[in-house]
Formats: sequence, structure tokens, C-alpha cells
Amino acid sequence: MTFYERKLKRLNEVLYKNQSQIDAIIDVKNYIDCNYETDLNLDLLSKVRFISKYHLIRLFKKYYGLTPRQHLIDKRIQKSKEHLTKGITVTEACFFVGFSSLSSFSALFKTKTGKTPSQFRKEQLSRNDLVYDS
Amino acid sequence: MKVTLISIPVRDQEQALQFYTEKLGFIKKLDTPMEGGNRWLTLVSPEWQDGPELLLEPAPNHFEPCKVFQDALMEAGFPYTQFDVDNIDSEYERLTKLDVEFSVKPTQMGTVKFAVFNDTCGNNIQLVEKL
Repeated sequence: MTFYERKLKRLNEVLYKNQSQIDAIIDVKNYIDCNYETDLNLDLLSKVRFISKYHLIRLFKKYYGLTPRQHLIDKRIQKSKEHLTKGITVTEACFFVGFSSLSSFSALFKTKTGKTPSQFRKEQLSRNDLVYDS
Repeated sequence: MKVTLISIPVRDQEQALQFYTEKLGFIKKLDTPMEGGNRWLTLVSPEWQDGPELLLEPAPNHFEPCKVFQDALMEAGFPYTQFDVDNIDSEYERLTKLDVEFSVKPTQMGTVKFAVFNDTCGNNIQLVEKL
């Protein structure tokens, strides 16, 4: 066993003792990943594996390094990029991935990617044209 | 500021280029001749071609402390670079069929599953699937 493996083994013993708790949080994360376009909220997520809302936020942050809400936003932005790359309009992409407000979608998109959704879409579409032309 | 470049120290740039493109599947982005036969050689992920570039850098051949550090990491089994994959078990299977040597087989730890392989250029590389 290498030095690295010994270190990991020890970390695993210290940080990840509670496998059933970890499995529950993974289930919640997968639930978000499969239902990101629906009206997800903390009440609903807490019922996925019957973990109290505040405990869920704490555990999710402990194991994933961010809150369920932050993960949901990241997932929605990632999916909206896929839609925009395929040429779907900004408004459609916004509602397809579960945002209910176009202005908050645009602002979040800009914060996360450095570009507005329409700038991103335009760049991706002109790139697609280049690929097809070449 | 933006993160655009990740350096990977390699002993032989041509061998590294072959391994990273033919086995791992990266795409060559820049290949500029430098002095003494060295190259500014960068790669990108096929699915993220405007993302960060990997620089295959011949630093261990020109800067002794880099070589010492790289050797020590290899000896300890330590990966210094990590790539994300969607499915680590299928990637492990694909790479082992291409004779890539793994020091750590896919193993769960918390909310990730990871594995470590030898890139044949002096480095341990870690693959991670987020569960």
C-alpha cells in the first residue's frame, strides 16, 4: 500500500464513517439531478430520505461542499448551456431547466459563466456554423 | 482572473502527447516549437474544447527540483492532477484494455468514486466520478 493509499484510508475512517448517511445524501443529490426542471424546494427534498431540512442542508454541505440549492442552480445552468448550444431560445431554456424568472436566470447565468445567455447562445451557434462549414 | 492552464510535468513530450491523446482521448490544441527541441504543447477535453488547457511541460528535464518532486510523488503513489469522468467503472475497463496501469482500482470514498493510474510520463493521475 502506498503512502497515498494509507493517507486516504485514514481520511476515510475519520470523515466517512457513516455510510448510510452518505448514501442518503447521494440519493438526495441524484434526486435533484433527475428532477432539476421541476419546482424543487427544501420541504420536498427533505422527504426524499426523511432528513429534516436543516440537517439536510448541513449534511449536503458536509459531503458535497455546497448546499442543495447551490447544487440545483449549478445543475440548471449546466443544462441550460446544453439547451442553448442546441439553438433553443433563451426564454425556452430558462423555463425548460426550471427557472421561473427570466431575469434571475440571466443574472445567475452571467455570474456563473461570465456571459449572458444570449451571448453564450450566439457564440455557440456561430461555432456550430463554423464546424458545419469546415 | 480565469483558470486556463494546468501544467503536467513530463519527461518526454512526444510520448506524453501520444498517451494523452491516443489513450486518454484529449485533443491537441497548441503545438508551438520552443528552443532546444521543446514545445509549447497543450491539450483540451473533446467535450470542453474552450475549457482549461493541459500543458505537457518538460520541466523535469530542465529544473532539477521539479524532477525530485515528481519522483517523490510517484514513489508515494500521490496523484497531483485529477480528471472528472461520468462513469469511472467503464473508464477503468476501457483504459485497462489499453494496458494503462492502475495503482488504485475504482474505490468509493464519501460521495466520490476514484481511481489512480500511471501516465507513463512520471505522474500518477486520479480519475473521479461524483456520485
